[in-house]
Amino acid sequence: MSESLLEVKELCTYFHTDAGEVKAVNGVSFTLEAGKILGIVGESGSGKSVTAYSIMQILADNGRIASGEILYKGQDVAKYNKNQLKGFRGKVCSIIFQDPMTSLNPVFTIGNQLEEAILLHTDKNKEEARERAIEILTLVGVNEPEKRVKQYPHELSGGMRQRVMIAMALVCEPDILIADEPTTALDVTIQAQILELMQELQKKLGMAIILVTHDLGVIADMCDEIIVMYGGRVCERGNAEDIFYHPKHEYTKGLLRSIPSITNAKQKLIPIAGTPINLLSMPKGCAFCSRCDAAMKICLTEIPEEMRLSETHLASCWLNFKAKMEEGGTGK
Amino acid sequence: MKRYVIKRIVLAIVTVFIISAITFFAMNAIPGGPFNSEKAPSPEVKAVLLERYNLDKPVVQQFGIYVLNVLKGDFGISLKTGRDISGTIMESFAISAKIGGMAVIVALILGLVLGSIAALMRNKLPDRLIVFISTLFTAVPSFVLATLLLLIFSIWLGWVQVWSATDTNYVLPVISLAMYPMAYITRLTKTSMLDALSQDYVRTAKAKGVTPWKVIFKHALRNALIPVITYVGPMTAYILTGSLVVESVFTIGGLGSKFVTSITNRDYPMIMATTIFLATLMVIMNLLSDIIYKVVDPRINFD
Repeated sequence: MSESLLEVKELCTYFHTDAGEVKAVNGVSFTLEAGKILGIVGESGSGKSVTAYSIMQILADNGRIASGEILYKGQDVAKYNKNQLKGFRGKVCSIIFQDPMTSLNPVFTIGNQLEEAILLHTDKNKEEARERAIEILTLVGVNEPEKRVKQYPHELSGGMRQRVMIAMALVCEPDILIADEPTTALDVTIQAQILELMQELQKKLGMAIILVTHDLGVIADMCDEIIVMYGGRVCERGNAEDIFYHPKHEYTKGLLRSIPSITNAKQKLIPIAGTPINLLSMPKGCAFCSRCDAAMKICLTEIPEEMRLSETHLASCWLNFKAKMEEGGTGK
Repeated sequence: MKRYVIKRIVLAIVTVFIISAITFFAMNAIPGGPFNSEKAPSPEVKAVLLERYNLDKPVVQQFGIYVLNVLKGDFGISLKTGRDISGTIMESFAISAKIGGMAVIVALILGLVLGSIAALMRNKLPDRLIVFISTLFTAVPSFVLATLLLLIFSIWLGWVQVWSATDTNYVLPVISLAMYPMAYITRLTKTSMLDALSQDYVRTAKAKGVTPWKVIFKHALRNALIPVITYVGPMTAYILTGSLVVESVFTIGGLGSKFVTSITNRDYPMIMATTIFLATLMVIMNLLSDIIYKVVDPRINFD
């Protein structure tokens, strides 16, 4: 195994609200290796975006990392001082957001916003920064980059703006790129282009990517490793084959059943029953138990541990322990 | 842009013309006239005066004559003082504009700074203090504030001289004029700053590694300024032309007090000239704030 670039250990992120403490992320761990693509899937409120924001330290004012570590090359990002953080954000680790319409500042030109990042993290002067901005725009496939740098965000289409966002994130050649639902706000045709672009750039520049999405199709053909999240916890992790062909968590199975299939269009979709859990009052046991058809007594009271099912595949579901016990193994 | 400005200037001329017409006819509809004071002149003298100032003709004809004169640059002379009106207006406007200009600057700087502080330290002590101050000054009428300031600082403490034509101390009049707009700008800035700070582009800027101060003053403030500009344009016109209340309390001979005395005196040419002047200034300030709008917010498209 190659050396891990980013290691998230037992990350807990809570938000303070008037209604109480919202436990958005409850003990998420994963490692990201240099040059790999890690996918995080889950529904709204599963904590996938908050995990991403925690790494970047751009949580809303009422959010905080309650416990856990985010280790970049062995150093805890959460304990960085102002200067270290400045060197981390945008230079080592960059992020692109879901909505390119609102993520660019409407009152500054594209060039100005790109150059800001360049001037901040390199010794380049203004002219060199402009050259670099044009260069990176060319790289992400923006046509007429010389003209674009003088334009304002509202003069560009959504896909074009997302390309600018990607350019902005990559302008200092970071080690890690976090993509927080990069295609959700875009047309389907543009989605494919943006994903292709990200893959292509990853090959060219060799950065590691954390791809946060709720679109399983996106994850399937891009990611080296996939994490399925529910209720702020990781319920299953593995490579695409593990997750898509041998799901070992009831939530993952439910997710896969709810994907429309192109070969069998008449088949009825099976939604996951119930509603997402209320993060204000987390169940004592498995977060998914109230919606799980196969829930057992233990699921209500105890949080399942992660169980290694193969070299690459891990799942946190009591059913796996049960199966192992029935096999006569040494489950819990 | 050019076309837009030309269009606006044409519209402005029409606006000012309509305002003058309404004022002219309304003014003539008020009972009484310029020569109906206690020491009324004899009927013969009055007839001569009325003829001299065209007041014996039908109102519509009077209006026609007036407009023609104005187009020639002649605003007439005051029926009360006999002095040239353009000169009088310029003189009193100079005083009002000086106090008003200082008040606008004070209101704008304090308002933006306090509003930003309140937004950044939301729900902390400085914010609560600022909210209290801005609520207070929005609620207290300027005549109460002006009188209180005069009483406390000039009479009781004796720190500031009472205003007189020879000894002009601008501190108290400027404060009395500036406090209300300052309070308003503070509240406006706070709201729009909070809104701007919660926008996605602020998060993007943070993620780029931009320092917190630069995030606030480059990315958020520029966007937060947009609603403030809407208010500041007309406010500036309003303050520059002088406040009757403040000018009365401090006995400053500015445009505001001239305007009101001209009405009570039925000084027709003076009323008309001040109205046209105020209307023109208001229209210009509105146009200016729209142009500044365009500079601050590139999304605004005039054409």
